[in-house]
Amino acid sequence: MTEPLVSFRHVSKSYGAVRALDDASFSIDAGEVVALVGDNGAGKSTLVKVMSGTVVPDTAEILFEGKPVRIHHPNDATALGIATVYQDLALCNNLDVVANLFLGHERSQGSVLDEVDMERETSDLLAELAIRPRSLRVPIGSLSGGQRQSVAIARSLLGKPRMVILDEPTAALGLAQKQQVLDLIKRLQGRGLAVVLISHNLAEVFEVSDRIEVLRLGSNVASYPCDVEHHDDVVAAITGSRLVSARTS
Amino acid sequence: MTDTQTATATAPPSPAQTDRPEDPTVRSFLRNFVRADSATGVGFLQVVVGLAAIWTIFGLLNPNFLSATNLTNLSLQIVAVAALGMGVVLVLLLGEIDLSIGSVSGLGATALAALNVKLGVPPLLAIGAALLGGALIGLIQGLIVAGFGVPSFVVTLGGLIGWQGLQLFIFDFTGAMNVSDPVLLGLTNTFFPPWVGWLLLLAALGIRAVFVLRVRRRRAKAGLVNVKPWVEVVRFAISAAVPAAVIVMFVQDRGIPLAVLIVVGLVLLMDFIARRTLFGRRIYAVGGDAQAAGRVGIDVRRITVYVFMLSGTFAALGGVLSASRLQSVTQGAGSGGILLDAIAAVVIGGTSLFGGRGSLWSALLGALVIGSISNGMDLLALASPVKLMITGAVLITAVIFDASVRRKQAR
Repeated sequence: MTEPLVSFRHVSKSYGAVRALDDASFSIDAGEVVALVGDNGAGKSTLVKVMSGTVVPDTAEILFEGKPVRIHHPNDATALGIATVYQDLALCNNLDVVANLFLGHERSQGSVLDEVDMERETSDLLAELAIRPRSLRVPIGSLSGGQRQSVAIARSLLGKPRMVILDEPTAALGLAQKQQVLDLIKRLQGRGLAVVLISHNLAEVFEVSDRIEVLRLGSNVASYPCDVEHHDDVVAAITGSRLVSARTS
Repeated sequence: MTDTQTATATAPPSPAQTDRPEDPTVRSFLRNFVRADSATGVGFLQVVVGLAAIWTIFGLLNPNFLSATNLTNLSLQIVAVAALGMGVVLVLLLGEIDLSIGSVSGLGATALAALNVKLGVPPLLAIGAALLGGALIGLIQGLIVAGFGVPSFVVTLGGLIGWQGLQLFIFDFTGAMNVSDPVLLGLTNTFFPPWVGWLLLLAALGIRAVFVLRVRRRRAKAGLVNVKPWVEVVRFAISAAVPAAVIVMFVQDRGIPLAVLIVVGLVLLMDFIARRTLFGRRIYAVGGDAQAAGRVGIDVRRITVYVFMLSGTFAALGGVLSASRLQSVTQGAGSGGILLDAIAAVVIGGTSLFGGRGSLWSALLGALVIGSISNGMDLLALASPVKLMITGAVLITAVIFDASVRRKQAR
């Protein structure tokens, strides 16, 4: 078997007496969509924060393309090519699509914005991802939730990342818009990106992911290939009770 | 130069990429005039219509209102408010407020007069010192807002009281001061012959034409849609006709006022900075969503401090212009309605109180609206209670409009 793109091993993190992560591990290949599932407090968020560099773990062994690396700051993650799209998107609703896509990394000649360059790149990138806002120059607050999510995901691609972490990308969306985002995830996969999907929604997890990793109380309890026949097993692993899940499902 | 942004703002991507392709020219062109559709274009139509209505009413009630002499007087009456208004726009764009600008303008005028009249400091040096003092006050207030996370409302309320105190403290030593230096008086009493106005207009239009053509060529080369040439021509014609009409009006009276040139020049400069530079984009971003801006690496605190410094500087400039026009500085300088006039003007001009949406032009347009109402009612010799009530009603109308636009955008 070839070396995975990134692997995290023996990740532990405690907040005071609370062990948020207890010897957890996670690895992902290029072009793979791995879903990270688990109940509230299972340690998903902490693991994501470790991957994106916003939390420094107590212990961890991180290999990027087989080489040991350290991620102690968000910039470390960015430098490795790990991009994160947070649940709250971090978009400015008053600014247009182009401005949001380049927010904080605007193209400029001296200190004068290069709008033409930014608009061309936005238009190319969005076309490539089949994202179709009604105009690139309307405030992003007037677009649908799915399109805002799509723009936030597209923005994470500007740095040419190798791996994208999506934190609950469909949580606040309607059905049609969920589908837009799921299609976008498949397109990211098609571009050879490793995609980490954090989600509570098992239906969409089964639709787009290749593998499902279940966290419970800060540790990996199970890993399943994506196959609907494992649905009950996944639920059981999340809740930690085979019996209960067998009865309820 | 005023709406070059709309050149790019109105062009959607090529029709193949849009779900609901819009007519890339006519509809969006009209829409940008009417609706506050983007953060930087605040939809000036309602302001212009409002202004036209005000001018029609006062013109009918008193024919002198629309005379060149009165309109020139009006222009000079509003320059101080417009100067303060520019600072207000920047602070409001950031989603903050600066209540100290009235006191800072009074303190700036006091410092100017004390330095020049009492200490004999050369006029330009005294102006520089007053502006620097304003920037320093802004620096202090900005550092407190950004560093301690204290609401700007409270910090600048403290400033409103405290800087007025410092002004009165200075007056303990000086008493009321009459400004007599020809350079200082000349700020608001210098009028240029017509050719100066025409030359400046030609230069501005030339720069704009070169700029528009360059952007169009680059967009075409990048495969982006350009707005139809005739739309560009109409825009260009408007941006030529309005200042031309103003020049024609000025030359019938005393000429082109220096103070108006200064203020319009500053509006053009600040408008360019706000819409076309990294700094400006970051102001809009922080005002739109400070948390999101911080998340993408924008230094929110630094931007906040800079904006408060600009606000203090513009307030001091307003004080300098007031001192020049009134030819004296008293203890009451800056303590009257100038703070509320400036904030009201900016809001009437279409800049949102809620941050992230507005334009520098709203300082000038709003000051013109407020100034016209005040000037017109003075001509009609209305009692000041009536003036206050009418001004209040206009302000509330503008804020209601702002709130409804915001609700519509938040869909």
